[in-house]
Amino acid sequence: MKIKRRDFLKGAAGCGVLAAVGQPAFAEAKKKERLPGALGFLYDSTLCIGCQACMVGCKKANEMPVESSDLLPIWENPRDLSAKTLNIIKKFESGTGTNKDQEIDGFAYIKRQCMHCVDPGCVSACPVSAMRKDPDTGVVTYNKDACIGCRYCQVACPFNIPKFQWDSAFPQIVKCQLCSHLMPKGEIAACCSSCPTGASLYGPTTELLAEAKRRSQMDPGKYYDFPVSSIDSGKTFSQKAASYVPHIYGENEVGGTQVIMLAGVPFSKLGLPELPEKSYAATAENIQHTLYKGMIAPIVLLAGLFYFVNRSQKDKD
Amino acid sequence: MRCRESDFEKISDGVSRRDFLKVCTATAVYMGLPASLGPKIAKAATAAKKRPPVIWLSAQECTGCVETLLRTTHPTLEHLILDLISLDYSETLNTGAGHQAEEYRAKSIEENKGKFILVADGSIPVKDGGIYCKIAGKPVLEILKETAPKAAAVISLGSCASWGGVPSAEPNPTGATPVYKILEGTGIPVINIPGCPPNGYNFLSTVLYYVTFAKLPELDDKLRPKFAYGRLIHENCERRAHFDAGRFAEQFGDEGHLKGYCLYKLGCKGPETYNNCSTLGFNDLGTWPVNTGHPCFGCSEEGVGFNVPLHTPAEVKNVTPNAVQTPVSVDHGGGMSTGAVALAAGVAGAVIGAGTVAVKKVGEEEKKQD
Repeated sequence: MKIKRRDFLKGAAGCGVLAAVGQPAFAEAKKKERLPGALGFLYDSTLCIGCQACMVGCKKANEMPVESSDLLPIWENPRDLSAKTLNIIKKFESGTGTNKDQEIDGFAYIKRQCMHCVDPGCVSACPVSAMRKDPDTGVVTYNKDACIGCRYCQVACPFNIPKFQWDSAFPQIVKCQLCSHLMPKGEIAACCSSCPTGASLYGPTTELLAEAKRRSQMDPGKYYDFPVSSIDSGKTFSQKAASYVPHIYGENEVGGTQVIMLAGVPFSKLGLPELPEKSYAATAENIQHTLYKGMIAPIVLLAGLFYFVNRSQKDKD
Repeated sequence: MRCRESDFEKISDGVSRRDFLKVCTATAVYMGLPASLGPKIAKAATAAKKRPPVIWLSAQECTGCVETLLRTTHPTLEHLILDLISLDYSETLNTGAGHQAEEYRAKSIEENKGKFILVADGSIPVKDGGIYCKIAGKPVLEILKETAPKAAAVISLGSCASWGGVPSAEPNPTGATPVYKILEGTGIPVINIPGCPPNGYNFLSTVLYYVTFAKLPELDDKLRPKFAYGRLIHENCERRAHFDAGRFAEQFGDEGHLKGYCLYKLGCKGPETYNNCSTLGFNDLGTWPVNTGHPCFGCSEEGVGFNVPLHTPAEVKNVTPNAVQTPVSVDHGGGMSTGAVALAAGVAGAVIGAGTVAVKKVGEEEKKQD
């Protein structure tokens, strides 16, 4: 079949319509706002003493098995987040590794677990709504009965959090759900309740953001009161303020996260990715929703296909 | 280095050779020395022509440091002061009093110049010329300045003498000053044995070390003997496993407290206090505050005890990460092993081979049919 000049121009016009429909919609990317009742926690690396009590608390609360690396099989010692470990404290060391919260010749700790994004990639990518963002608390939860095991959530997560039970005959996705099973009992997330220094502080994200801003204004070296366990626990302890890097991680990253972090060394050194302010989910959804808006583009495409097929059939006849 | 029975003739009634050797061996063990040094200590303590003279000066103190020494049983106090050392002056234990005691002190100091050990407990007031603590009408500041240059070594016993203790707490009305600061620049060796009270055995071990080796034990930067103050209480605490597992008593009398969980959240200062309470214990029962359910309050640590509120959580020292703690970036997997590659290649080869044969057969079938 030869494509005639006339037909080619028709096709080109069709593509033009598609582009015209698509273009303005891509521009108006709507940012998802934080839920008013959003829960999360504030992890302050400068208060963390690396005791790993949160890891023990997490395992206990979620009935997870002990995981050992090959280095010391007698000791709970996971190498990373896994299907058996929802929460991990990792170390950053440089040079002599003697000064806490210093980038050169220093060391620092970082806690890794689900960040509970405001606009989570995993929820957006999940084709069957097994990943769900709670409409009240904003906690990202997983429903094993809905899951089809496609593992799109693993690919979609910018923090590499959802883990898959590769060694199970009926595998599930495993991730931190902010101990939402303890919430009805009036308990807080186990990592925060077991933290002795208040490095992991539970509470509503808006209050935690205010607390993080208060901390970043502190004079390094002066003593301040830091809340312990949860922001409304009433328990505080007086501690020397460290010098923070001027960055509240999770305030704006991928549209904001409900878990926010403060540290004394740059977050890139602590293994946290540098992410854009716009969430990947928003970008992907914009493209998808624009393409299928009012089903115009698919109908135009279908009509075009019909036309060409029809033409070619005519030619044959 | 064997001891002869005759060595023990000098010892008063009631102490057998066996008991005495036990004491000396125990002392060696407290200091982290081999137990075999026990007989050497015994010999040193008895073989000296004269027992090492000790002058005990008390300044602004509560007598708690003497009391703790009274509670030691191996050796017992009487054995210590009558057989092992010659306690020539101590306001609490003097038999004589007044001018008689003062005269004896002056005499002993002159006779044993450069040989006696000066023990000081209590802080020294320096404000207004030191008038807030006087002995026999003389400020203790002057007495110390006169006596210390004649001593072989000065042992500051208790937190008050070591770093100021209770009397130096804000607003410090008497200008209470630790002994080592007053003797700064004089070149007189000072050993600090802080604690409120310090463990009697830490004192005893230091004295016997000096008697045995004629030198001071190894000291840290705060002049404390390393054998006793080398480690944090937290490091050897019997409740440490609870700390590591995140099991804490949240308040006095709660479930965790009754179960003996870690007392850090109740304000235990073990993680910032250097002492050997957690391994040595007190009163020969191995008992100490944490053992009875009360958090350590850092009595022996300068700037902690009497300075930080009792239930304020401690600033944990030594928080450097352990060697096997997960680093920020971890390498996952090691690629495929040679065996796995060989197996995969074998399977792939078999599949290709089978496929080729099948295609060939199908082709032959088709030809036949044609």
